[in-house]
Amino acid sequence: MKFTVQVNEGPYQHQAADSAYQFTKAVLEKGHEVFRVFFYHDGVNNATNLTTPPQDDRHVVNRWSELAKEHDLDLVVCVAAAQRRGIVDEGEAKRNSKDAENIADGFRISGLGQLIEAGIQSDRVVVFGD
Amino acid sequence: MSEEMMDDEVVKKMAYINRRAPYGSIYALESLEVVLIGAAFDQDVSLIFADDGVFQLKKDQETAGIDMKNFSPTYRALEMYDVEKLYVSKESMTERGLSEDDLVVDVEIKTDAELADLLDDQDVIFSF
Repeated sequence: MKFTVQVNEGPYQHQAADSAYQFTKAVLEKGHEVFRVFFYHDGVNNATNLTTPPQDDRHVVNRWSELAKEHDLDLVVCVAAAQRRGIVDEGEAKRNSKDAENIADGFRISGLGQLIEAGIQSDRVVVFGD
Repeated sequence: MSEEMMDDEVVKKMAYINRRAPYGSIYALESLEVVLIGAAFDQDVSLIFADDGVFQLKKDQETAGIDMKNFSPTYRALEMYDVEKLYVSKESMTERGLSEDDLVVDVEIKTDAELADLLDDQDVIFSF
Protein backbone atom coordinates (compact mmCIF):
# COMPACT_ATOMS: atom_id res chain seq x y z
CA MET A 1 0.00 0.00 0.00
CA LYS A 2 1.12 3.56 -0.71
CA PHE A 3 1.23 5.83 2.36
CA THR A 4 1.69 9.53 2.97
CA VAL A 5 2.51 10.68 6.49
CA GLN A 6 1.80 14.18 7.74
CA VAL A 7 3.68 15.46 10.80
CA ASN A 8 2.02 18.39 12.55
CA GLU A 9 3.96 18.72 15.81
CA GLY A 10 7.49 19.61 16.81
CA PRO A 11 10.26 17.31 18.05
CA TYR A 12 10.69 16.63 21.79
CA GLN A 13 7.61 18.77 22.51
CA HIS A 14 5.06 16.25 21.32
CA GLN A 15 4.71 12.50 20.94
CA ALA A 16 3.27 12.98 17.45
CA ALA A 17 6.75 13.67 16.07
CA ASP A 18 8.02 10.37 17.48
CA SER A 19 4.94 8.37 16.52
CA ALA A 20 5.12 9.63 12.94
CA TYR A 21 8.69 8.38 12.70
CA GLN A 22 7.91 5.02 14.31
CA PHE A 23 4.91 4.56 12.03
CA THR A 24 6.87 5.45 8.88
CA LYS A 25 9.63 3.04 9.86
CA ALA A 26 7.13 0.25 10.55
CA VAL A 27 5.35 0.85 7.24
CA LEU A 28 8.65 0.54 5.36
CA GLU A 29 9.67 -2.57 7.31
CA LYS A 30 6.38 -4.20 6.31
CA GLY A 31 7.28 -3.63 2.68
CA HIS A 32 4.84 -0.81 1.95
CA GLU A 33 5.68 2.32 0.00
CA VAL A 34 5.91 5.77 1.57
CA PHE A 35 5.07 8.28 -1.14
CA ARG A 36 5.94 11.30 0.97
CA VAL A 37 6.34 12.59 4.52
CA PHE A 38 4.98 16.11 4.81
CA PHE A 39 5.95 18.40 7.70
CA TYR A 40 3.46 21.11 8.63
CA HIS A 41 2.65 23.46 11.54
CA ASP A 42 5.38 23.06 14.21
CA GLY A 43 6.23 19.78 12.48
CA VAL A 44 8.65 21.78 10.31
CA ASN A 45 10.93 22.00 13.38
CA ASN A 46 11.74 18.33 12.80
CA ALA A 47 13.84 19.54 9.87
CA THR A 48 16.42 21.85 11.46
CA ASN A 49 20.01 20.64 11.61
CA LEU A 50 20.68 22.97 14.55
CA THR A 51 18.94 20.51 16.86
CA THR A 52 21.29 19.28 19.60
CA PRO A 53 19.59 16.96 22.08
CA PRO A 54 21.42 15.48 25.10
CA GLN A 55 23.71 12.65 24.02
CA ASP A 56 21.74 9.96 25.84
CA ASP A 57 18.50 10.91 24.07
CA ARG A 58 17.17 9.98 20.61
CA HIS A 59 18.04 12.40 17.81
CA VAL A 60 14.68 13.08 16.18
CA VAL A 61 16.08 15.05 13.24
CA ASN A 62 19.01 12.78 12.36
CA ARG A 63 16.71 9.80 12.66
CA TRP A 64 14.59 11.13 9.79
CA SER A 65 17.69 11.97 7.72
CA GLU A 66 19.01 8.43 8.15
CA LEU A 67 15.67 6.84 7.30
CA ALA A 68 15.41 9.05 4.22
CA LYS A 69 18.86 8.02 3.05
CA GLU A 70 18.16 4.35 3.61
CA HIS A 71 14.79 4.30 1.83
CA ASP A 72 15.10 7.27 -0.54
CA LEU A 73 12.23 8.99 1.29
CA ASP A 74 10.73 12.27 0.11
CA LEU A 75 10.71 14.48 3.23
CA VAL A 76 8.91 17.72 2.38
CA VAL A 77 8.74 20.78 4.61
CA CYS A 78 5.96 23.28 3.93
CA VAL A 79 7.52 26.54 2.79
CA ALA A 80 4.94 28.86 4.38
CA ALA A 81 5.12 27.08 7.74
CA ALA A 82 8.93 26.95 7.48
CA GLN A 83 9.27 30.67 6.76
CA ARG A 84 7.26 31.52 9.87
CA ARG A 85 9.40 29.27 12.04
CA GLY A 86 12.85 29.94 10.62
CA ILE A 87 13.55 26.74 8.71
CA VAL A 88 15.66 27.78 5.73
CA ASP A 89 17.38 26.08 2.80
CA GLU A 90 19.86 27.65 0.39
CA GLY A 91 17.19 28.96 -1.98
CA GLU A 92 15.04 30.41 0.79
CA ALA A 93 18.10 32.01 2.41
CA LYS A 94 18.94 33.76 -0.84
CA ARG A 95 15.35 34.77 -1.58
CA ASN A 96 14.79 36.25 1.87
CA SER A 97 18.31 37.64 2.38
CA LYS A 98 19.16 35.39 5.30
CA ASP A 99 22.80 34.75 6.11
CA ALA A 100 22.33 31.09 7.12
CA GLU A 101 20.47 27.92 6.23
CA ASN A 102 19.49 25.13 8.60
CA ILE A 103 17.60 22.49 6.62
CA ALA A 104 18.75 19.01 7.66
CA ASP A 105 19.99 16.38 5.20
CA GLY A 106 17.28 14.57 3.29
CA PHE A 107 14.62 17.27 3.74
CA ARG A 108 13.44 19.67 1.06
CA ILE A 109 11.28 22.78 1.27
CA SER A 110 8.27 22.98 -1.03
CA GLY A 111 4.66 24.12 -1.21
CA LEU A 112 1.37 22.90 0.22
CA GLY A 113 0.46 21.55 -3.20
CA GLN A 114 2.82 18.69 -2.37
CA LEU A 115 0.50 17.66 0.45
CA ILE A 116 -2.61 17.69 -1.74
CA GLU A 117 -0.80 15.84 -4.52
CA ALA A 118 0.32 13.25 -1.97
CA GLY A 119 -3.32 12.86 -0.88
CA ILE A 120 -4.33 12.22 -4.46
CA GLN A 121 -1.50 9.80 -5.22
CA SER A 122 -1.51 7.77 -1.99
CA ASP A 123 -3.84 5.05 -0.79
CA ARG A 124 -3.70 6.39 2.77
CA VAL A 125 -2.82 9.72 4.37
CA VAL A 126 -2.00 9.34 8.05
CA VAL A 127 -1.88 12.56 10.08
CA PHE A 128 0.12 12.76 13.31
CA GLY A 129 -0.85 15.73 15.44
CA ASP A 130 -2.42 16.97 18.61
CA MET B 1 -6.78 1.31 -8.81
CA SER B 2 -3.08 2.14 -9.29
CA GLU B 3 -3.62 3.17 -12.90
CA GLU B 4 -6.48 5.42 -11.92
CA MET B 5 -4.30 6.97 -9.21
CA MET B 6 -1.67 7.96 -11.73
CA ASP B 7 -4.25 9.85 -13.73
CA ASP B 8 -4.16 13.59 -13.08
CA GLU B 9 -7.91 13.70 -13.62
CA VAL B 10 -8.66 11.61 -10.55
CA VAL B 11 -11.04 13.36 -8.16
CA LYS B 12 -10.94 12.30 -4.53
CA LYS B 13 -13.26 13.16 -1.70
CA MET B 14 -11.18 15.25 0.66
CA ALA B 15 -12.36 16.46 4.04
CA TYR B 16 -10.72 18.99 6.29
CA ILE B 17 -11.67 18.75 9.95
CA ASN B 18 -11.25 21.98 11.87
CA ARG B 19 -11.39 21.49 15.63
CA ARG B 20 -9.49 24.46 17.06
CA ALA B 21 -10.46 28.00 18.01
CA PRO B 22 -9.28 30.55 15.41
CA TYR B 23 -6.77 32.18 17.76
CA GLY B 24 -4.66 30.73 20.55
CA SER B 25 -2.90 28.42 18.12
CA ILE B 26 -2.09 28.59 14.42
CA TYR B 27 -3.94 25.42 13.39
CA ALA B 28 -7.04 27.20 12.04
CA LEU B 29 -5.09 29.67 9.92
CA GLU B 30 -2.70 27.09 8.52
CA SER B 31 -5.60 24.74 7.80
CA LEU B 32 -7.26 27.47 5.77
CA GLU B 33 -4.01 27.92 3.83
CA VAL B 34 -4.09 24.24 2.86
CA VAL B 35 -7.72 24.56 1.75
CA LEU B 36 -6.93 27.57 -0.46
CA ILE B 37 -3.92 25.91 -2.11
CA GLY B 38 -5.78 22.60 -2.37
CA ALA B 39 -8.65 24.26 -4.23
CA ALA B 40 -6.41 24.48 -7.31
CA PHE B 41 -6.44 20.67 -7.53
CA ASP B 42 -10.20 20.50 -8.28
CA GLN B 43 -10.95 17.78 -5.75
CA ASP B 44 -14.30 17.07 -4.07
CA VAL B 45 -13.67 19.11 -0.91
CA SER B 46 -15.67 19.22 2.33
CA LEU B 47 -14.88 21.39 5.32
CA ILE B 48 -16.04 20.25 8.72
CA PHE B 49 -16.10 22.48 11.79
CA ALA B 50 -16.42 20.81 15.16
CA ASP B 51 -15.48 21.37 18.80
CA ASP B 52 -13.96 24.86 19.22
CA GLY B 53 -13.47 24.88 15.43
CA VAL B 54 -17.00 26.28 15.12
CA PHE B 55 -15.65 29.57 16.51
CA GLN B 56 -13.58 29.97 13.33
CA LEU B 57 -16.79 30.93 11.54
CA LYS B 58 -18.09 33.29 14.24
CA LYS B 59 -19.23 36.72 13.06
CA ASP B 60 -17.78 39.97 14.44
CA GLN B 61 -14.33 38.75 15.39
CA GLU B 62 -12.35 41.61 16.93
CA THR B 63 -8.65 40.77 16.96
CA ALA B 64 -6.92 44.14 17.28
CA GLY B 65 -6.52 43.65 21.02
CA ILE B 66 -4.44 40.51 20.57
CA ASP B 67 -2.44 41.89 17.61
CA MET B 68 -3.61 39.13 15.28
CA LYS B 69 -4.99 39.40 11.79
CA ASN B 70 -8.71 38.66 11.64
CA PHE B 71 -8.78 36.05 8.88
CA SER B 72 -12.48 35.17 9.19
CA PRO B 73 -13.42 37.14 6.00
CA THR B 74 -11.42 34.55 4.04
CA TYR B 75 -14.09 31.93 4.76
CA ARG B 76 -16.50 34.08 2.76
CA ALA B 77 -14.10 33.87 -0.21
CA LEU B 78 -14.11 30.07 -0.25
CA GLU B 79 -17.09 30.08 -2.60
CA MET B 80 -14.91 31.71 -5.27
CA TYR B 81 -12.53 28.78 -4.94
CA ASP B 82 -15.46 26.36 -5.48
CA VAL B 83 -15.19 25.20 -1.89
CA GLU B 84 -18.88 25.14 -1.07
CA LYS B 85 -19.46 22.17 1.20
CA LEU B 86 -19.16 23.54 4.70
CA TYR B 87 -20.52 21.39 7.52
CA VAL B 88 -20.82 22.36 11.17
CA SER B 89 -21.39 20.09 14.13
CA LYS B 90 -24.83 20.65 15.64
CA GLU B 91 -23.68 19.43 19.06
CA SER B 92 -20.61 21.69 19.06
CA MET B 93 -22.76 24.70 18.14
CA THR B 94 -25.30 23.95 20.85
CA GLU B 95 -22.65 23.42 23.53
CA ARG B 96 -21.25 26.87 22.73
CA GLY B 97 -24.56 28.67 22.48
CA LEU B 98 -24.17 29.39 18.77
CA SER B 99 -26.76 29.35 16.01
CA GLU B 100 -26.44 29.55 12.24
CA ASP B 101 -27.09 33.31 12.39
CA ASP B 102 -23.84 33.75 14.32
CA LEU B 103 -21.72 32.52 11.40
CA VAL B 104 -20.02 34.47 8.59
CA VAL B 105 -20.94 31.95 5.87
CA ASP B 106 -23.78 29.67 4.88
CA VAL B 107 -23.22 26.19 6.26
CA GLU B 108 -25.02 22.93 6.58
CA ILE B 109 -25.58 21.89 10.18
CA LYS B 110 -25.13 18.17 10.76
CA THR B 111 -25.29 16.00 13.85
CA ASP B 112 -22.08 14.30 14.92
CA ALA B 113 -23.57 10.99 13.78
CA GLU B 114 -24.19 12.47 10.32
CA LEU B 115 -20.67 13.88 10.26
CA ALA B 116 -19.33 10.43 11.11
CA ASP B 117 -21.15 9.03 8.06
CA LEU B 118 -19.74 11.84 5.94
CA LEU B 119 -16.20 11.05 7.12
CA ASP B 120 -16.79 7.37 6.41
CA ASP B 121 -17.39 8.34 2.80
CA GLN B 122 -14.10 10.28 2.33
CA ASP B 123 -10.93 9.19 0.54
CA VAL B 124 -8.64 11.61 2.37
CA ILE B 125 -9.10 13.30 5.74
CA PHE B 126 -6.89 16.15 6.90
CA SER B 127 -7.30 16.91 10.57
CA PHE B 128 -6.31 20.26 12.07
